[in-house]
Amino acid sequence: MSSAVTGLKGRAELGVALLLGVVGVLVFLDANGLVTPYSKSDPVGPKTVPFIVAGILLICAVMLAINVLRGGKGEAEEGEDVDLTHPADWKTILPLAGAFLLNILLIDWAGWVISGTVLFWGSVLALGSRRYIRDGIISVALSLLTFYGFYLGLGIALPAGLLEGIL
Amino acid sequence: MDVWSSLMDGFSTALTPMNLMYAMIGVILGTAVGVLPGLGPAMTVALLLPVTYALEPTSAFIMFAGIYYGGMYGGSTTSILLNTPGESSSVVTAIEGNKMAKAGRAAQALATAAIGSFVAGTIGTTLLAVCAPIVVKFAVSLGSPSYFAIMMLALLAVTAVLGKSRLRGFASLGLGLAIGLVGLDSVTGQSRLTFGIPLLSDGLDIVVVAVAIFAVGEALWVAAHLRRTPLHIIPVGRPWMGKKDWQRSWKPWLRGTVFGFPFGALPAGGAEIPTFLSYVTEKRLSKHPEEFGHGAIEGVAGPEAANNAAAAGTLTPMLALGLPTNATAAVMLAAFTSYGIQPGPQLFSSQGPLVWALIASLFIGNLLLLLINLPLAPLWAKLLQLPRPYLYAGILFFATLGAYSVNLQAFDLVILLVLGALGFMMRRFGLPVLPLILGVILGPRLEGQLRKTLQLSAGDPAGLFSEPIAVGIYVIIGIILAWPLVLKLIRRSRPAKAMPIGYDDAEPGADHTVASVPPSTTTEATIPTHRKQEKP
Repeated sequence: MSSAVTGLKGRAELGVALLLGVVGVLVFLDANGLVTPYSKSDPVGPKTVPFIVAGILLICAVMLAINVLRGGKGEAEEGEDVDLTHPADWKTILPLAGAFLLNILLIDWAGWVISGTVLFWGSVLALGSRRYIRDGIISVALSLLTFYGFYLGLGIALPAGLLEGIL
Repeated sequence: MDVWSSLMDGFSTALTPMNLMYAMIGVILGTAVGVLPGLGPAMTVALLLPVTYALEPTSAFIMFAGIYYGGMYGGSTTSILLNTPGESSSVVTAIEGNKMAKAGRAAQALATAAIGSFVAGTIGTTLLAVCAPIVVKFAVSLGSPSYFAIMMLALLAVTAVLGKSRLRGFASLGLGLAIGLVGLDSVTGQSRLTFGIPLLSDGLDIVVVAVAIFAVGEALWVAAHLRRTPLHIIPVGRPWMGKKDWQRSWKPWLRGTVFGFPFGALPAGGAEIPTFLSYVTEKRLSKHPEEFGHGAIEGVAGPEAANNAAAAGTLTPMLALGLPTNATAAVMLAAFTSYGIQPGPQLFSSQGPLVWALIASLFIGNLLLLLINLPLAPLWAKLLQLPRPYLYAGILFFATLGAYSVNLQAFDLVILLVLGALGFMMRRFGLPVLPLILGVILGPRLEGQLRKTLQLSAGDPAGLFSEPIAVGIYVIIGIILAWPLVLKLIRRSRPAKAMPIGYDDAEPGADHTVASVPPSTTTEATIPTHRKQEKP
């Protein structure tokens, strides 16, 4: 067991190959399930291209798996604010994703002003800012501003939700 | 003279006070966002797409023109003042530009970049105005088989030529094509990959996909690896150049333009190769070769001009053929389609006024860029100091807002998060983003042309080769695909001479070709190791 684990360590990229494979199979099965009578006006039909795409994905999955097992590695992307010397910081990512999810759950019910505030405030906190009050004020201001900006400037009515009637 | 009068009409549209204001907003937004780390022109256009839905198409595209050039310019400011270029096209600028800035010549570096961008952008846009109608004339004679071949070429070239690993490029392309399949089949109306979810029947909105992959993916990726130590930013005053700087800059500007435009116009040409070529050329031609590596102004002037000329070149196939060759053009193409406008040869006849207004506003945007950016440079430098939590929280905030406002449904935000996670994974494992985006956009159109072609030939695959242009393009595709193999053979026969450029390190297992290049002290050999994929 332990040898298998060490063998897989640092091979997280195999997950990419797995993902490609799963998507490839999904595309194949989905296309295979289509029922199409042969039509003279459309000899290619809706299945051909999905089959080709599934083929590309499956071939890539296999080749990537082989490549990774042989020691190949995709290079992580660099950038101005990216410091690759430390590993991925899940303590930042997970709260960030949490704030994003909260926004999705709240937006239709509580409205954009509340969910947007939660999203921005939560993200700023997750990213390491510790000026709670100032961040909160900025979050509310941004949400209100975009709400009215979209409504008055673009004619797009974002959901008012709980604050319906107040805004 | 037809071009001339159309262009003048374009100017009269673009120069109305309202449209001039949109051009101004575009230039300022584009530069501001281009300067900000983590944001590139493609992402800017993607984020602003929903906002422009309320505008009429002409005004929206005038704004995009400003954003496009502004974003390009903003990237070079970042790479001069910080030594960490955010875009592949600014990598070369950073080599000499940052050295100049460190030597106290930031003002001159920014000035030669700004003026060079203006010169190259103006010449490039002129070439665009002249070339696009010619390409159109040629393109209207093409049928589906040729279009199919051209799109194949664009997809394969972007996938196989750019990026470090071909395999990972194709993986990304496959994912993009799969995303493009989601929704109702355009011919038979059958639903594909919708998994019984009615909200998926209309397919995934390209705006949502682009924002997810570019903005959300990038924000999550940076968040995971946020640099905790502040970067050193070099303060700068108002850019200016002395007489000697002008003398040393004007030739590199022109030469850079000559490199940039044709490469930009080619499928998969991009801005990386011409900026690199321009750098090497200037180094060779310079009267001050000893200054290279210590801040030679030619090394900023040439590549920066090449970069902007390539940006203009990219618009030629985009407008004339409906063929995007970089991420920004891809998103702009999506914008065209969302307005119900089909880019391609018919565009110039059906939407002539719009296209010429767009081209005219490229000229205007270029000029505005010069007028605005010289005095505002110190302000842009301050933007670099924006606290990172606010920056990346802001990206997520506006990405959400943009994606949500397209259809006002929370379901799109779920897609946004899922594809954002995919974008994160792609950055983590070195999958290039561009093939995916092009796959999403070109995939359905490619399928349409394929089906049309075989419909005409009654199902006979020989129909794919029924036009000479198509056959010619397949030959080119064959060469591109076989190229690494050929190189391998050459290398085997001449093992002593290593290829200096890493553009060919393609096949699996050879992802570290750059490392196998003998260590050399010249900058040429080290540039490719800095190569990275284009920042959206």
